[in-house]
Amino acid sequence: MTDQILTTRMEANPADSNTLETYRASGGYTALPAALAMTPDDVTEQAKASNIRGRGGAGFPCGVKWGFLADSFPRYLVVNGDESEPGTFKDRQLLERDPHQLLEGIIITSYALGVNQAFVYIRGEYPKPARRVQRAVDEAYAAGLLGSDILGSGLELDVTVHLGAGAYICGEETALLNSLEGRRGEPRIKPPFPAVAGLYASPTIVNNVETISNIPWIVTNGGAAYAAIGPETSAGTRLFSLSGHINRPGNYEIVMGMTWRDLIYDLGGGIPGDRALKCWIPGGASAPWFVPEEHLDVPVTIDDAGANGSMLGSGAVVVMDDTTNVVAAAHRIVRFFAHESCGQCTPCREGTTWMERILSRILEGTGRRADLELLLDVSDNISPGLRWPPAQTTICPLGPSAVSPITSIMRHFRDEVEAMVSAGEVTVG
Amino acid sequence: MSWSAPNQERAAALLARYPERRSAVMPLLYVASLEYGSVTDEAMRAVAELTELTPAQVQSVASFYTMYKRDGVGRYLISVCTSISCYLRGADDVLDAVVAESETADGETSGDGMFTVEHVECIGACGGSPAVQVNYELVEGVRPDKGSALVRWLRDGRPDVVLGDEMQELFGGQRSFDWAVAESEGAIAPVPAFGPYGSAGEGR
Repeated sequence: MTDQILTTRMEANPADSNTLETYRASGGYTALPAALAMTPDDVTEQAKASNIRGRGGAGFPCGVKWGFLADSFPRYLVVNGDESEPGTFKDRQLLERDPHQLLEGIIITSYALGVNQAFVYIRGEYPKPARRVQRAVDEAYAAGLLGSDILGSGLELDVTVHLGAGAYICGEETALLNSLEGRRGEPRIKPPFPAVAGLYASPTIVNNVETISNIPWIVTNGGAAYAAIGPETSAGTRLFSLSGHINRPGNYEIVMGMTWRDLIYDLGGGIPGDRALKCWIPGGASAPWFVPEEHLDVPVTIDDAGANGSMLGSGAVVVMDDTTNVVAAAHRIVRFFAHESCGQCTPCREGTTWMERILSRILEGTGRRADLELLLDVSDNISPGLRWPPAQTTICPLGPSAVSPITSIMRHFRDEVEAMVSAGEVTVG
Repeated sequence: MSWSAPNQERAAALLARYPERRSAVMPLLYVASLEYGSVTDEAMRAVAELTELTPAQVQSVASFYTMYKRDGVGRYLISVCTSISCYLRGADDVLDAVVAESETADGETSGDGMFTVEHVECIGACGGSPAVQVNYELVEGVRPDKGSALVRWLRDGRPDVVLGDEMQELFGGQRSFDWAVAESEGAIAPVPAFGPYGSAGEGR
């Protein structure tokens, strides 16, 4: 059974997996002529048949997204490499170490969708990955793989690499499009969705780096072969980023369906110093936390994570051992969202700031007993009902994401929060 | 336009990369940082002229993104990640060490213009935490003593080009993932070292 799609080449060629020569020598750019021999609609059908779900965080079926594209031109493809979810560093590896795999996916996708101009939006803090992608683009132009009349097929495609400038919110696809248009990275009200009115108000598909990197394999092997890998609703392989208190941090390409116990203890090598596992974040800073008593034997799939009140998100697993002060950890994550809130929506702009301040005073020993309910009340104003999947009073999901660490510590570690407040009261008294 | 010849060439090439001029605002703000040392009012007016926007529109963009430094920035911008994964592995101690050795408070620029020190939110190096960037070139697995040594090395050597792989070799530890090749392309200023915006050395 196939258990690696995206990372075989980089593992076999540690010195130069990013070059056109190595890419070609290891079977690269053979999917492209195969795709060009198909009709564009047939390529889209393969993507649909693969059941691949978006790897950026939301997990929306890629083929279905492509199917929403409005029937007008020009159309744009934008690859989302603004990877900024705390704990996530998978796209960085794909960009740095196999940029031609992504580029071949971009060319095939552009053919399928009738796109003549594609963009790769890479976060500003990733200059090295951007250099590697730009070099791959330059090589591809020189080899006749980009530009006009690609491989004699008549296909015309230009690719522009664009760097962000330090804004998590630009990972949200409509904020990304505003940013690419030279505006503040503020999310747009939807509808219209980008597939109807995206970049320059034209039909636009925004897909994650990892999603598009899978397209050459899907074309070569067929959508059905991809769909056959792993659980039915979590098809294919997936890159997980392991970090925090873990013996072997790093990116792991796995077939979904193993348990969290396998992921943390077998792949990740367990906890340093054999300390006890206290909790972990299963899908990036936006995801509610899992705890060993309830979740170690839950299968790692999109649906099982959802059924247990969290998500796989961007595939970032952050592990915390028993020495972790969970209030401090939650504060660190809430501080992130307060910093990254774009400021458009009052519940998020004010709510994240207040949650950070309340957690700060609890940490400093000046918390109040009422702060526990106050935290939940502010959270409820951002995400009414505090249910999962979250409701929102905001344009985008950033606000509700900031609620996740609050509900996590209140559900699993309320006694620790209360103890910190009580200790503070004694000091003050 | 009074920009240096290389920066004028960069600006023209960047404008040609986009279907609409306005889309070149962000890359041009980086080039303007090279030209003026930071995103000054004059820099924003120049970008407005190039993109046919008003200076206020350019300022609205420049003020949104953390990597455009409007208040001046030192020769070496040292960014210490203190988000959750780095925090769990001791990033606050690394920040303290960098602040102490550089005698520059978090968020400030040293009096001699050598250093700007800042704590930053997640920079995508969580598998190699704690992580530090110098002029956006990455060093992973930095312990506090190595953070101090990095500051001394910058002060004593004053490198014209900051190379991530060189710093990783000297001051780094655990990485997010392995990469066998040392790269000789790096940053020439506190701006992402990306060819179209300006960098130095040969990449591969």
